[in-house]
Amino acid sequence: MAATCRFSIFRHDAAADEAPRFQQYEVPYTEGLTVLGGLIHIQQRLDGSLAFRYSCRAGVCGSCAMHINGRYRLACETQVADCKLDVAVRPLGHLPIVRDLVVDMGRFWKHYQHIKPYLIPGTPPPAAGEYVQTPDDRARLDVIIDCILCASCYGACTTTAADPEFLGPAALAKANRFLVDSRDAATEERLELVSGDHGVWRCHQIFSCQQVCPKSINPPGSIADLRRAAIRHRLRRRAHPE
Amino acid sequence: MQYTEVLVVGAGLAGLRAAIGVNERNHKALVLSKVHPLRSHSIAAQGGVNAALGNHHRGVTDTPLKHAFDTVKGSDYLADQDAAILMCEEAPKRIYELERWGCPFSRTVDGKIAQRPFGGAGFPRTAYAVDRTGHVMLHTLYEQAVRFEEYSERQEMGFLDEWLVTRLVVDAGVCCGVVAVNLLTGEVEGITAEAVIFGTGGSGRMYAQSTNALINSAHGMAVAYWAGVPLKDMEFIQFHPTTLWGTNILMTEGCRGEGGFLTNSEGKRFLADYPDSQKAMEVAPRDITARNMTREILAGRGVKGKYLNLDLRHLGADKINARLPGIREIAMSFAGVDPIVDPIPVIPAQHYTMGGISTNIHCETEVKGFYAAGEAACVSVHGGNRLGGNSLLDTVVFGAIAGWKAADFVDGKAAMKQGMKAVEAAVEEERKVLDALRNAAGTEDPAAIRDELGQAMQEGVGIFRDKEKIQKALGTVLALKGRFQDVKATYRGRGMNPELTNNLELRANLDVAEVVVRGALGREESRGSHFRVDFPQRDDARFLQHTVARHVDGEGKISFSPVALGTWEPKERKY
Repeated sequence: MAATCRFSIFRHDAAADEAPRFQQYEVPYTEGLTVLGGLIHIQQRLDGSLAFRYSCRAGVCGSCAMHINGRYRLACETQVADCKLDVAVRPLGHLPIVRDLVVDMGRFWKHYQHIKPYLIPGTPPPAAGEYVQTPDDRARLDVIIDCILCASCYGACTTTAADPEFLGPAALAKANRFLVDSRDAATEERLELVSGDHGVWRCHQIFSCQQVCPKSINPPGSIADLRRAAIRHRLRRRAHPE
Repeated sequence: MQYTEVLVVGAGLAGLRAAIGVNERNHKALVLSKVHPLRSHSIAAQGGVNAALGNHHRGVTDTPLKHAFDTVKGSDYLADQDAAILMCEEAPKRIYELERWGCPFSRTVDGKIAQRPFGGAGFPRTAYAVDRTGHVMLHTLYEQAVRFEEYSERQEMGFLDEWLVTRLVVDAGVCCGVVAVNLLTGEVEGITAEAVIFGTGGSGRMYAQSTNALINSAHGMAVAYWAGVPLKDMEFIQFHPTTLWGTNILMTEGCRGEGGFLTNSEGKRFLADYPDSQKAMEVAPRDITARNMTREILAGRGVKGKYLNLDLRHLGADKINARLPGIREIAMSFAGVDPIVDPIPVIPAQHYTMGGISTNIHCETEVKGFYAAGEAACVSVHGGNRLGGNSLLDTVVFGAIAGWKAADFVDGKAAMKQGMKAVEAAVEEERKVLDALRNAAGTEDPAAIRDELGQAMQEGVGIFRDKEKIQKALGTVLALKGRFQDVKATYRGRGMNPELTNNLELRANLDVAEVVVRGALGREESRGSHFRVDFPQRDDARFLQHTVARHVDGEGKISFSPVALGTWEPKERKY
């Protein structure tokens, strides 16, 4: 008998259903089958109504973050074998469910936009060529620029659960990405943006964001850096009022 | 009904750069994409982007003209030479611009943008950000788009995420706008625009084995083709030499640019045994490398008879971790192989569509007000074979040009909003078509059609082609098109109906696949990636021409158009 695996999938249509439910599927198992591969098999061959997002299937686009067997992961990077052929899937947490595994990411992107996620240089660009950035300065951007904005961290964060306006790990790490960039000069502007009521001071440093990050990024580290910078910024302002 | 000055369809690198270009010329851009912009396939590009910056110590004498020559030679002389020269001259400007917008390129010791060697290039000219160049470029352009969206008092940029354009509306040779589906709600709406730009990406998913994202279904190309815009050089499909055995996830050419070896079952660097790659070895262009790898496997020297090894071990852990960490991560998660310890199992697979929506060097098509750029377009700069590092360049150079030209076109218009009636009429028709597909009560399983299409393309128009194989593929594709007429739909919901989206994309894939096959059948020569076992020589007398395909009565009709020469005489390619 051919090997099979089991999928238990969260189903809900926010517009039509009273309550969500879990639906069970049996999927043929072949070596190397990922959770995303299983979901696609279900959608294309068993149940054309199952809604979820996907694109690259290679762990780089950030579309398919979901809750799989107890933790947030990318479905495309998760081997069904590692789930012991028994897969339970739920949508990303702390974001409104639209249908099945599709959530409304609007709030996540709003927080991302809030921190001004673009380079704001202090000096006009060089007359010719590039801004000079030493390899050491460039190295400070390593890892943190790998963020694919998949929102695994947002789902795992306990503070976002309690405070929907909390900027969340991804947006705060993104703010730090620009703070540490030697070409960026908007440090004070960004510190103001991240040190409000829903900013860096809200984080409880539980580290669940870091634990689930598929790119090994350390948002609590970024948040700690931002807190230190924010304190220095406040002290400077007190010492030298405008 | 919505209205915008310029509608940009597709929000990968080409689309976003086009939208910024529209803004730079003081016009409003609405950016529509079937996925959130950051989920576009541009994100997956790894190795880098070419520009003659001269930042590498071995590249100080590099020039845009030398870059253009390498591009033309790499194309097997099918690229339009004026287009290649334009792209390479614009290259440094676009790369410096990205850097000034915050793109975190890797750096040389003196703080300049770092460059690495790539296949078919005379100098190390591929600027890179570790092995995630597409990721950082797409994030940078999206960041700039957010900046434009936020800062402009006139709200110059808007986004429609998770919408799919199903029809391009053309009236009397002039583009009026599009009909699109909001994928979240299922609503079908018209968008009238003074100009429309397609940056809708490639067609890889018509092959069973492809490096492409699952969303690369040729849908944009098909929508243009159905509206009467010809597709050009579609038989030229690039097969990337090094894709991960099993999943076909890309293993960047940068692996070989950084010094990686390709070895066979005997552990030998077999590229030395083939005359067209014995000098350049692992950094010969992709068409040549992919063919010689396939020959090696067919000769029985594949590892376990199936694949070849990409061996990085001699580079050492430090270099692998510094330059190729993403490759290591992918190899570990998807193949269970750590390249520091073991070689990576690789095989050639579909990677890039050199052909596309036919445009001139201004990104203009035959339809006034309709533009295309990036992988969806064929300008042509890649001809028969694209050089690694030239696709990212193509997106930003021609994306910008498309944006500027579309804005200029709007400036020159005597009257606005003339296309509304035509779009309204098209919406009515399109609603019926989509409802019919959503409620299709046929008997044919779309998943089976998709699988059979993938196999037919793999076998008939793969790395080695001949008349018999191609004809068989054509028969299969035509039969599948027929079967699709009787396709089965099981889910009737309007909003987030993945089955409907899949069927729309399959419909597109089938028609564009037919064009690929017909182009391959008509081109009785071997050039670039198109290798005919029955016509193994390049035949400039008959085929130094672009293939042009038009949609006539539901079928692809092939003709030819001249190549822009003038700077370099075609010669035999050796590396």
